[in-house]
Amino acid sequence: MPKITYIEQNGTEHVVEADIGLSVMEAAIRNMVPGIDADCGGACACATCHVYVDEAWREKTGKPQAMEESMLDFAYEPKENSRLSCQITVTADLDGLVVRLPEFQG
Amino acid sequence: MLGEEALPPYQRPPLSKAFLQGDLVEDRLYLKPPAFYEKGAIDLRTGVSVVAIDRAAREVALSSGESLAYDKLLLATGAPPRRLSCPGTELSGVHYLRTAADSKALRPVLAAGRRLVVVGAGYIGLEVAAVARKAGLEVTVIEAMDRVLKRVACPPVSQFYEALHRSRGVDLRLDARLAGFEGVDKVEAARLEGGETISCDTALVGVGAAPATSLAEAAGLRVDNGVWVDESARTDDPAIWAAGDCTNFPSPLYGRRMRLESVPNAIDQAKTAAAGMAGKRAVYDTVPWFWSDQYEVKLQTAGLGEGADTVVMRGEPGALKLSVWHLKGGRLLAVDAINDIPAFAVGKRLIAAKAAPDPKTLADPASDLKSLLA
Repeated sequence: MPKITYIEQNGTEHVVEADIGLSVMEAAIRNMVPGIDADCGGACACATCHVYVDEAWREKTGKPQAMEESMLDFAYEPKENSRLSCQITVTADLDGLVVRLPEFQG
Repeated sequence: MLGEEALPPYQRPPLSKAFLQGDLVEDRLYLKPPAFYEKGAIDLRTGVSVVAIDRAAREVALSSGESLAYDKLLLATGAPPRRLSCPGTELSGVHYLRTAADSKALRPVLAAGRRLVVVGAGYIGLEVAAVARKAGLEVTVIEAMDRVLKRVACPPVSQFYEALHRSRGVDLRLDARLAGFEGVDKVEAARLEGGETISCDTALVGVGAAPATSLAEAAGLRVDNGVWVDESARTDDPAIWAAGDCTNFPSPLYGRRMRLESVPNAIDQAKTAAAGMAGKRAVYDTVPWFWSDQYEVKLQTAGLGEGADTVVMRGEPGALKLSVWHLKGGRLLAVDAINDIPAFAVGKRLIAAKAAPDPKTLADPASDLKSLLA
């Protein structure tokens, strides 16, 4: 299974094994990674599963779709590498993915 | 944690959307993994209901015959669907939609060529209509009111959704009252008042929900359109809290009591209740919000527009992107945003700030909404 590393603001790392086909948000919830709230459950209707994708992985995770991009615009401290983790699907290609968590969600 | 359903706590919104159309396996609905309950030393018991609360003894009686003692108790009983009382509702093929089991029962009948009658043009009815049209069914929606989503949306939003569903081939009947269902063992038709019958293989009834308050009521707690709680989600018994769809709570933002049926309300009010139960005082004061996905169209509503004296439209009628802003005495009360996330996000912040945005700026689609947050 692909490994994903989530890094909290304080530097704490959570390395989880993620099932292919789940979203990066779901992999976090299933592994009790703190800091990803996902209030709407993955409907791209809130912005509480915001992550910063590590530079090395930006190409593989791709760019946000229009609706996600608008949502991110209103997330807490959006950056160039911001994504909603509910909109990134885990694939074999993403084995080793590193994402960082913002200080707050929403 | 006691729940009468067989599943651990799960998300309901996908039951009328992705889960219904078969895009999600069941365990993707779960709010938390099994390890969450183990690690938190939470004794999760599913498939068991509470039959009574003994407030004097501080005990709950379970359907299993067992009793459990409590120091603090939370009621999160939700709001199950209102049931119809007309003839024929007992026929097989007549469905309601609240639980994962309901959604699973509906899924196999959503097959191309079949005929579905939806009773009630609220969120649930329209979302199921959209899934059914995508699956190739013939769909008739019967609504007793003169417009769809009447309880939750303003006329321009209703008109948008009426046009959307009709353009996708839904036979939408407004001002149409159901007299009953007909059929021998299985539903074969819906009969309207006035006599017309609409043939169908399946019916889905979505005519609103009512708060599950019978336990609270029997225990002598204050109940009035929901379990009566204060701004800290506490009932009139200091050992009992309540959260979510089942509560009637005071909103500091709107200066009145309300009952909401929404996921964000359930999540945020539960946080307030949890804080209170842990001995920290918290006040529940957030902007209510709602969303609905139908076809490829996303509706997001922030706030409640009731009592507005000014309604401002942004976007052209007939466009696929539209927002409707509701103001009272200049202050923004609510915004309905169709395929317009910036309108929703900006509106939600302005509502929380009790701001009075310039209606001319709101109405001008070329204006930068973000400038209103400065």
